[in-house]
Amino acid sequence: MKLHNISFGNIKRRKGKMLFLVLGLVIGISTIVTLLSITQSMTQNIEQRLNQFGANIVMVPKSENLSLNYGGIDVGGVSYKVREFDQEKLSNIRTIKNSKNLSIIAPKVLGPVIVKDKNVLLMGVLFEEELALKTWWNRTGGVFPQKDDEVILGSQAATLFGFKIGDTIRLSGKPFKVATILKSTGASEDDAIIADLSAAQKILGKEGKLSMVEISAFCQGCPISEMTLQIAEKFPNAKVTAMKQAVMSKMQSIDMFKSFSLGVSIIVILIGSLLVLVTMMGAVNERTREIGIFRAIGFRRGHVMQIILLEALLLGIIGGILGFGIGNLIAYGIIPIVIKDGVFAGINTNLGIISILMAVALSLLASLYPAFKASNMDPSEALRAL
Amino acid sequence: MTQVNHLIEIQGLKKTYQSGDTKVDAIKEMNFHIDDEEFITIMGQSGSGKSTLLSIMGALNHPTEGKVLVDSLDLYSLSTEQRADFRSEYIGFIFQSFQLISYLTVLENIKLPMAVTGQKKRIKNQMALEVIERVGLGAKAHRLPDQLSGGEQERVAVARAIVNKPPVILADEPTGNLDSKTANDIMMLLQSLNKDGHTIIVVTHNQDMAAYATRTVKVQDGVCIVDN
Repeated sequence: MKLHNISFGNIKRRKGKMLFLVLGLVIGISTIVTLLSITQSMTQNIEQRLNQFGANIVMVPKSENLSLNYGGIDVGGVSYKVREFDQEKLSNIRTIKNSKNLSIIAPKVLGPVIVKDKNVLLMGVLFEEELALKTWWNRTGGVFPQKDDEVILGSQAATLFGFKIGDTIRLSGKPFKVATILKSTGASEDDAIIADLSAAQKILGKEGKLSMVEISAFCQGCPISEMTLQIAEKFPNAKVTAMKQAVMSKMQSIDMFKSFSLGVSIIVILIGSLLVLVTMMGAVNERTREIGIFRAIGFRRGHVMQIILLEALLLGIIGGILGFGIGNLIAYGIIPIVIKDGVFAGINTNLGIISILMAVALSLLASLYPAFKASNMDPSEALRAL
Repeated sequence: MTQVNHLIEIQGLKKTYQSGDTKVDAIKEMNFHIDDEEFITIMGQSGSGKSTLLSIMGALNHPTEGKVLVDSLDLYSLSTEQRADFRSEYIGFIFQSFQLISYLTVLENIKLPMAVTGQKKRIKNQMALEVIERVGLGAKAHRLPDQLSGGEQERVAVARAIVNKPPVILADEPTGNLDSKTANDIMMLLQSLNKDGHTIIVVTHNQDMAAYATRTVKVQDGVCIVDN
């Protein structure tokens, strides 16, 4: 016979009461787990969407002049000479410290070409990278270019020149087949002819040169600002910019939800603890006779405390495990409803350990006073109730 | 003249309970002693102070005045925890209405006082099996208390009181809830324990129980009126 036999026995006997106590912990822990899981899924979902948005780092040559362009409208009327990077140095990007976070590197060469006596923007790209980055490019028909003598036309450019899919377009005298025409994107590519990078470099006379590089980085927890600095270090003549605005505004919303979740969690935990405290107090009062017997047959105060705190520990572990499981189940069920295209982020083992520890800590804290009260019970007073 | 050392000495004992402005003298003045291996019944009507006396002798209830010496040790000079240890080693309690723990089996109830002793599991088991056989409940070791008759429950209570082999057994109305035959069986069991060397002190209001004792102390209104 050990003290823990008494604790186990009491839990088994007072199943209803103990269930009520565990319920308090389960409600508290499962609420926290659910809210944290939703927050985690929201973050993941937004990050995935941001990744799909395309580049979140843009590298352009440094310029001593300020841009006179806003929202696609050039107000300067002056064309500055565009400076370029050497293409051969592009591989240096992959040598930065956070290179594992780099997803797509899409280099471009830009320049004007004359088509049907009109100046038009020619954009040379690596189709594979560019199409992976610009997932929102939709074709009106045809296929995306498979060969380096095929081009994509922006919707405005196609309309202006009256080209159709399959037509041949001559750029600096060289024929290119219009493989597809893009649906309007509302961005610069609407006005452009998009060709293979090396072909465009030849047409523009910029062989081995790049005008800009768009980079997509997996930003699930990756430090975009730091990566920007790391790239800038490798390219001293480049201006490297993180497109943080979208990220910041989305993350602000998540932070607000996180704060809300924290507030709700604290309230629920307080209510749960109160429930544990009241139930434990009730259980201790019910056990006055029993505690009197324990004390009469030689149990020290510490032994009585041990019995009650051991019960609290066991119930805390049960409450923590159940709360974590139920919280995950609720999150699994609720995430697709509350987050559009939301997917349950998966079971977080660390959160599981924290949940159990938290439930145990709460259960022990809420049982401390009842245990203290029980251990200080005057045995003669308790036995008078016999 | 040599001084005789008694097992228990009650010296100038007084106990007053206070509830608000009302004071009740449960024990007005008591002085007596109990020797080793005596079998004493303390008799008296309800409210005479006999149960209070028992709880004071059992190191459970602080007297208002006076001393209780057990083997010359002043019980109430000890700390609360030292008195708990004293109860564990020296005293076996048999309570009114058995007072078994309902969710523990017969064997677990009997082993309960051993939960706070430092003995090895093997020794604990051996001691518990010895006493369970002694009270004739070996076949019912794994039953719960509510599956036993009143007499059997009382036997479990006796077994629990003696399992740690305490020198003194204090019993408060041990036969109060039993029929006369079962009550006699229990008193005979206590008598046999007394013959094995335990000092037995039984509080009762039943005159018939006095026949089993070697000495009777009668208590009335908080004082001893007869000691023979």
